[in-house]
Amino acid sequence: MKVCPAHRRRVLDRFVLLVVLVGLTFGSAFAPASAQPAVPPGTPAAAPAAAAASPAAGPPAAADMSWWDKKAAEPYIYDGTYWLPPAASTTAQGPDDLFIWVLGLSAFFFFAITGAVVYFVIKYRHRPGHKAEPSPAHNDVLEITWTIIPTIIVVILFVYGWRSYISMTSIPETRAENQIMVTGSKWFWTFRYYNGVEDNVLHVPHDQPVKLTMTSTDVLHSFFIPVFRQKQDVVPRRFSYIWFWPTKTGVYRVYCTEYCGKDHSLMKTKVVVHTSGDYERYLAEAFTRQMSLSGAPLGESVYKKKGCEGCHTLDGSVRLGPSFKGTFGSKITLADGAIVTMDDVYIRSSLLSPQGQTRPGFPPSMPVIPLSDKEIEGVIEFIKAQK
Amino acid sequence: MSASLDNTKSYLEVNPGWRNWVVTLDHKRIGMMYLCGILAALMLGGFFALLVRTELFSPGAQIVHQDWYNKFFTLHGAVMVFLVIIPGIPAALGNMVLPIQLGAPDVAFPRLNLASFYLWCGGATLLLLSVALGGIDTGWTFYTPYSIETQTAVLPAVSGAFLLGFSSIFTGLNFLVTIHKFRPASMGWFQMPLNLWALYATALMQVLATPVLGITLLLLFVERFMQIGIFDPTLGGDPVLFQHFFWFYSHPAVYIMIVPAMGVVSEILTTFSRKPIFGYRFIAYSSIALALFSFLVWGHHLFVSGQSRLANMVFSALTFSVGIPAAIKVFNWTATLYKGDIRLETPMLYVLSFLILFTIGGLTGIFLAVLSIDVHLHDTYFVVAHFHYVMMGSTLVAFLGGLHYWWPKLSGRMYPETIGKVCAWGVFIGFNLTFLPQFVMGSRGMPRRYWDYDPEYTLYHRLSTIGAFILGMSMFTVVCYLAWSLKRGKKATQNPWGGSTLEWVAPTPPTVFNFPEPPPEVELYEYDDLHEVENANQDGVTNWERRPAANKPARSSHH
Repeated sequence: MKVCPAHRRRVLDRFVLLVVLVGLTFGSAFAPASAQPAVPPGTPAAAPAAAAASPAAGPPAAADMSWWDKKAAEPYIYDGTYWLPPAASTTAQGPDDLFIWVLGLSAFFFFAITGAVVYFVIKYRHRPGHKAEPSPAHNDVLEITWTIIPTIIVVILFVYGWRSYISMTSIPETRAENQIMVTGSKWFWTFRYYNGVEDNVLHVPHDQPVKLTMTSTDVLHSFFIPVFRQKQDVVPRRFSYIWFWPTKTGVYRVYCTEYCGKDHSLMKTKVVVHTSGDYERYLAEAFTRQMSLSGAPLGESVYKKKGCEGCHTLDGSVRLGPSFKGTFGSKITLADGAIVTMDDVYIRSSLLSPQGQTRPGFPPSMPVIPLSDKEIEGVIEFIKAQK
Repeated sequence: MSASLDNTKSYLEVNPGWRNWVVTLDHKRIGMMYLCGILAALMLGGFFALLVRTELFSPGAQIVHQDWYNKFFTLHGAVMVFLVIIPGIPAALGNMVLPIQLGAPDVAFPRLNLASFYLWCGGATLLLLSVALGGIDTGWTFYTPYSIETQTAVLPAVSGAFLLGFSSIFTGLNFLVTIHKFRPASMGWFQMPLNLWALYATALMQVLATPVLGITLLLLFVERFMQIGIFDPTLGGDPVLFQHFFWFYSHPAVYIMIVPAMGVVSEILTTFSRKPIFGYRFIAYSSIALALFSFLVWGHHLFVSGQSRLANMVFSALTFSVGIPAAIKVFNWTATLYKGDIRLETPMLYVLSFLILFTIGGLTGIFLAVLSIDVHLHDTYFVVAHFHYVMMGSTLVAFLGGLHYWWPKLSGRMYPETIGKVCAWGVFIGFNLTFLPQFVMGSRGMPRRYWDYDPEYTLYHRLSTIGAFILGMSMFTVVCYLAWSLKRGKKATQNPWGGSTLEWVAPTPPTVFNFPEPPPEVELYEYDDLHEVENANQDGVTNWERRPAANKPARSSHH
């Protein structure tokens, strides 16, 4: 097992790939994986909305960008095999090996069956003078054989799949710094570290086990990191767990894979695997930075990290909620017809009880977002500053 | 009522006019009405599929934004599953063929049969109502808690699915009783055509599983209306419980879709190979085995939902067991071709497509049954491709094969053969171009139900979209030429394909009670007595006449 499994896998992988490619004569399969279009540097994810809903992916003003945010904004270059993304965690080994074996097995059976079908169709096709020849209508030995062989194969596959699943889901001892709380909300992820740092990008150390404890504030989500081969649903009012042991530094994709409504496809972020020491540096510096913020800058940080900008714009355009541009101090009409002033009191009550004073034309879809008093003051200052 | 019907005339001639059709109790007319409804729904579902694929041609907004995209894929799924694939083979083709294959005048409960059709219409109307009310964006699975809180038209859609469930139960019940009670004395269980075995297994699942869907949807309905806290976590409910309930029906539903397709394939394969089916008993038993196993594997939809590891282990093991009867069938079908006299007419082209597509669908299911691989592939395009290979590539392709196979018998007209073959190739090529790339992007990590995607998946999405249009055009052409052939097609003969089962003994089209005189006993899948007569009617269509073979070669029977 230990003799260079990566190499063995690559050889197997190539062999299977060759067989499959030739067989399927499937044009696109000939494009080498590395030639896939990567994100050109500096190009934002895709639609403008993408940048809005996943704050970390969007390019904030470069000047006040921290080194870790710059790192997270680095383009992702797909450099996996033809079938699988790169493996960047020990948890990828089991499923990857099995994937290749099952692929080989499938290719064998596919070509055996298709080959037999095509051969029979050509050989026994109807043509003048050709007639069906008498042949047995059943053959117990043959039929029992092809019942038993698949049975043996699936039993073996089940056992190996089960064993590698157990190792993928058995969480080893993890130091406190590597235990991270994950919250899924429509439509962003929040990661909270042991020292209170909150971020929308997942930062993890290289070559150490990391444990995530996950929950949701609203509907079902699912946390998926392709390069770690790990995925787990995130359920409101429940905790679910996932772990991995990163083996490759770099920046990789994180997706939500349980349909969660409108911006499901924009609920994605990055995971940054730091070299030894950088992770601790990130925790310390992010902590200092978070503590030093107050007033409008803190409000701006909350606005970006808590997903506010998915619904509330700063440029006057309307999404699921009203824009913040030039609203502070104005008179607004509520759904029940009352007219109130959009001031500190209104903002505070809307944050604490979003369905209390709703405005007509907007669905009552804003969730309660837990904020400290300092953060609420920051948000008020930030909205005030949107002239 | 029956006394007034003239059983020497075709069912299409007696009492014409739509007023007589809408109150008919004739299983063939009900089947035809089902067929019209199902083909209309198929085009609607296909239209939504093409909207989805067009939107996905490039990353970002192409034709619509997220909210509409989410409605498109939901409606595509709901229409295709509830209105097309579940009733497709049993209610349309099965209804038309099952009593005739038994030599019976009709199903056991003709009124229940008509009620089933009107429930289907009611369900379809409610689904369309939800489209008219702005659509629904929950996905066809209605997962809670999103389906409880979304502002879209969930209630009409859920009520529609509820009614469609009862439509399906009625059909199943009818078929079970008909097969038990209307089987002629000379036809033992193992002299039944395999199509009947498959419809029997399907009916078992329809009757036993569908009530659970009804209960689940009713609970969801009540939860949305009265907030009773069954599925809503904020009220102490459990959203994952919904998934268990839902898949306890919807996994058997997958087999409600595929098992009847296997029956159709068995019939066509033997007729066009001019040979008895290989391993009749194994195929018959494996239909029943699939029906039983189908109730025990729902948990594989919840491998990453937070189900315990023990439950995952058990469901993984049980899931693998499904592969065995499926594999047996594929091997037996392939062996049936051996030493045959294979005729590549359109129905056979669809069946050969089915063999290849079902093999891919089944083999890719193994990836998903392996627990550790499933963690990576769950909810990605790999799964999307896998179940489309089974539901569309297998069930719908077999449905098209069966439609072409029985069309001459039931409409009395031949479809145009050349264009039929071209379309069969179009379906095969378009289908593979649509879904093969989805395996690749799925295993690379592309999640399903995504309106926007990362640029590294663009090539695969584009190939898939191009394939979808080839597929869509081919299927649309099929519907057009079938409609055309109703009036303009060549007149069909009694037995244009040389089928050996009882429907080919009945006149074309069958009389009101199918057989003007009691049908003779026929030996199942016995082709030696059938002789091809070319240009048998004024339109030059072939007919196969039954007369004893001069020197009947000895062959082992399948008993």
